Amino acid sequence: MTNLTDLGIADIRDGVATGSFSAREVATAFNDAVVAGRALNAYLVETPELALAAADAADAAKALGDLKPLSGVPLGIKDLFCTKGVETTAASGILKGFVPQYESTISAKLFDAGAGMLGKLNMDQFAMGSSNETSAFGNVISPWKRNDGGNAALAPGGSSGGSSSAVSARMAPGATGTDTGGSIRQPAAFTGISGIKPTYGRCSRWGTIAFASSLDQAGPMARDVRDCAIMLEAMSGFDPKDATSLDLPVPAWETSLSGDLKGKKVGVPKEYRVDGMPPEIEALWQQGIAYVKDAGAEIVEVSLPHTKYALPTYYIIAPAEASSNLARYDGVRYGLRDLPDGANLQQMYAATRADGFGAEVKRRIMIGTYVLSAGFYDAYFTKAQKVRALIVRDFEQAFATCDVLLTPTAPSAAFGLGEKSDDPLAMYLNDVFTVPSSLAGLPAMSVPGGLDGQGLPLGLQIIGRALDEQSVLNAGLAIEQRAGFTARPGQWW
Amino acid sequence: MSVDLATVRKIASLARIATSDAEAEALLPELNNIIGWIEQLGEVDTTGVEPLAAVIPNHLRLREDRVTDGGIRDAVLANAPQAEHGFFAVPKVIE
Amino acid sequence: MTDYRIQGATGEWEVVIGLEVHAQVTSESKLFSGASTAFGAEPNSQVSLVDAAMPGMLPVLNGECIRQAVRTGMALDAQINPWSRFDRKNYFYADLPQGYQISQLYHPLVGEGSLRIEPEGGEPKTIGIERLHVEQDAGKLMHDQHPTRSYVDLNRSGVALMEIVSKPDMRSPAEAGAYVRKLRAVLRYVGSCDGNMEQGSMRADVNVSVRKPGGELGTRTETKNVNSVRFVMAAIEIEARRQVDVIEDGGTIVQETRLFDPDGNGGKGATRSMRSKEDAHDYRYFPDPDLLPLELDDAFLKAARASLPELPDAKRARYEGELGLSAYNADILTADVETARWFEAMLAENVPAKPAANWLTSELFGALNRMGRDLVDSPVSPKQAAELIALVADGTLSGSLAKQVFEIMLETGQGAGAIVEDRGLKQTSDTGAIEAEIAKVIAANPDKVADYKGGKDKLFGFFVGQTMRAMAGKANPGVVNDLLKKALDA
Repeated sequence: MTNLTDLGIADIRDGVATGSFSAREVATAFNDAVVAGRALNAYLVETPELALAAADAADAAKALGDLKPLSGVPLGIKDLFCTKGVETTAASGILKGFVPQYESTISAKLFDAGAGMLGKLNMDQFAMGSSNETSAFGNVISPWKRNDGGNAALAPGGSSGGSSSAVSARMAPGATGTDTGGSIRQPAAFTGISGIKPTYGRCSRWGTIAFASSLDQAGPMARDVRDCAIMLEAMSGFDPKDATSLDLPVPAWETSLSGDLKGKKVGVPKEYRVDGMPPEIEALWQQGIAYVKDAGAEIVEVSLPHTKYALPTYYIIAPAEASSNLARYDGVRYGLRDLPDGANLQQMYAATRADGFGAEVKRRIMIGTYVLSAGFYDAYFTKAQKVRALIVRDFEQAFATCDVLLTPTAPSAAFGLGEKSDDPLAMYLNDVFTVPSSLAGLPAMSVPGGLDGQGLPLGLQIIGRALDEQSVLNAGLAIEQRAGFTARPGQWW
Repeated sequence: MSVDLATVRKIASLARIATSDAEAEALLPELNNIIGWIEQLGEVDTTGVEPLAAVIPNHLRLREDRVTDGGIRDAVLANAPQAEHGFFAVPKVIE
Repeated sequence: MTDYRIQGATGEWEVVIGLEVHAQVTSESKLFSGASTAFGAEPNSQVSLVDAAMPGMLPVLNGECIRQAVRTGMALDAQINPWSRFDRKNYFYADLPQGYQISQLYHPLVGEGSLRIEPEGGEPKTIGIERLHVEQDAGKLMHDQHPTRSYVDLNRSGVALMEIVSKPDMRSPAEAGAYVRKLRAVLRYVGSCDGNMEQGSMRADVNVSVRKPGGELGTRTETKNVNSVRFVMAAIEIEARRQVDVIEDGGTIVQETRLFDPDGNGGKGATRSMRSKEDAHDYRYFPDPDLLPLELDDAFLKAARASLPELPDAKRARYEGELGLSAYNADILTADVETARWFEAMLAENVPAKPAANWLTSELFGALNRMGRDLVDSPVSPKQAAELIALVADGTLSGSLAKQVFEIMLETGQGAGAIVEDRGLKQTSDTGAIEAEIAKVIAANPDKVADYKGGKDKLFGFFVGQTMRAMAGKANPGVVNDLLKKALDA
């Protein structure tokens, strides 16, 4: 019999439906994998009982012929999603012990669709990071190793590093991620899986702990494009509780999947050819171009002139929003309280926040506070929102001549834990290719494109027009079909 | 524009993050490095450009004025570090 | 009318006043959550997860609060901005769960307008409105329940407020008082705020500075959360005096937030600096990314305008012009929307306006005053009152009989018609009966008759009184007059 943890979402769904195996068998197999994979530190909380309960419900539904879209599929949930009755910390000490009395819209939609929860996935603290080294509960370790014989622990990417590590290590067939500047796509690229950030407003932000409200979007991370489409359909949809939610029907992305790109124009933005880009990334990109050409697409060179300003723009807007979004963590209503002897209210705030937030979170709060402070608001924040408008315009102009854009997902393969953590700016530069589409709210996905010389996965990014997730998924599928990416990490844990 | 130690302390105070002298001194070059880097936006000509207001065209919906929430005091107080008599408790505030 | 001046050691000083009035918007639920706004509930029982700023919670805008704010702006003749947006005002305080207040700084819902005031004993004046915006109220801190702790109640957290900012156009406590009263009247007419200052539905931040008359503007202070008209006036007087004293003693005024303590300075009232807010001046406003810009279409604005009631100034003009009421009555009847509503409910029963107005302002108000009641809990309804007025108008009741009937109405709750019927209080114009009583009065008072005929005209009233008493008050006074004249002059 197949190893059930090798199956993806579509396979599990179909296998449960046809009776090849029971949902309980699947949940049990993944629960065991979660326990076996503790060395990766991907899960912060394990909830095997919830996975089993959902599986039993799926098996009962199967008996009644009443299966739902995700019946029998156990998932990992990033710890940014509030889950009722299950500790949710955003991987921060400041929320240690916080047990939400509510279920985020995204996790509720997945559970309503029949999915179960394997546990809560580790991440960069408050989703701030690109390597999962900012978690208050330890680094997540990538299941991948370099083929150089060394044993360096690699970053699974971030901020959804627990998600990428778990899916890549077969500790979940799929997981939720969130993407503010690349937090789904970059970890997906680092671990050889797929992940899509939909158009801003597709996925409700209600109950998802906020990092930067104008950028945060949830999305799926899974083994392949089809699984992403299936999960994204379950996660998307209008939510009146989120004022920025788009009141639009959810397209049938899975059934409309097609790797045939005839008649499609794929844009290649020349500004993404950045200084010092490793030849392997350039080669990957060229390979990707060849794949989509082979699928029938026409290649057009496009220009996104403000690309180089996307990162600094992002590092004004995201910290500014975060500095305000994270003001609520003050030790009054939930989470950590640090009340030194004789401290007054304001001293309690300062002590609580100093203790509870990690260094990167504090750094970003400081930057955000600075750029919003008296006398600097226009020079930084307003300026950044103007440049952001120009970045949006760049994309609009590019999409006048093409249907999707193809770029590398990240400027390098996974780096070693500790290799970049001393230099915040170097870490920020990792998001150079993912941030522009985040600023423009556009759907974008990463699919595995191949391996680098050290045997590590590299990802290709497809960016689409607003609301055109279908074209993104289809181009992703075209690449997936041609790349034949079957590499997987050896199970060393 | 570069920040000085006094600015770092002021920002930390505004953000309510207790910061020791050593921490402030460590933050100073980090922040200056980042701030210096983001200031490259100054190169961009944004004359006549309106700041982005909504990234994806969408309009703000107006909710109906009905009582649909509340009456959940236990849930509201469930995670409180200190709750007494139905209130959140904090160190005494002198106004 | 002389200008309001503060006498200082160095001469006269002029006071410059601007007011920021916070008015709670009348709505069932909060500005950004579905929790109730009802007053006086158990602590934290009217709190949603949004109001408590739980992680991941998002604001959703209440349309009624916007509609009411727009209507208020229209009533203040103000510019309505069809594109506005909400900003976050960031500061840390225990009554502010989010760590920011959602307000409007850069693009308020309502721009410039005006309000006409008539200060007591002063000239009418138009006060400029700078802006009106919508924002959230904070929660409440209780300091008295525990020796070392303050308690936080978030029931008010997120309740919608309108902040109505005047221009610094007022120059005396009387003008400020008139402004608050008039603004309160307009809000109550519009129905956008109940104006209840005791419950905190309306409170004012008072900006005061002093200068030599006509000179450069001085540094202002802001005295927060003053919650009655009387206190607004007192706070201005006291703060202006304090500022003059500071300046004349060689000091300078610090731009700061102050608190009015009505019991301070041995009961005379005082303002004092609010140190707790001192470091909160850098609010780091920026557009709330959880909310999109608020765009109002023509249909919304048209409907809002169409729903506006007749406002106090227009109503008063109509009462004087069309109904022919005295300026005094028109003023009293339009000062508060409840009075006008009551009056118009009487008119709806087809009673003549003038006697109805006179009766309301004298008889009813007198009675309510005696009973210590407000018009809203008057024991007599407008319909019952109209019945009484109609009985006077058609001659069934004399003025004095009407007074009697009204007293009985207040005691029993019975209708005027029923009382007249039951107790036979109908006025009579039966000349025979009246003439018979006149004859008796004349016969009983020969000396007075002689004096009257000798030129003591004043005695006529005596005869009227005697005749009326003999008729048990029920005689038609006009008929009595006529018949007496005839009898005495014969």
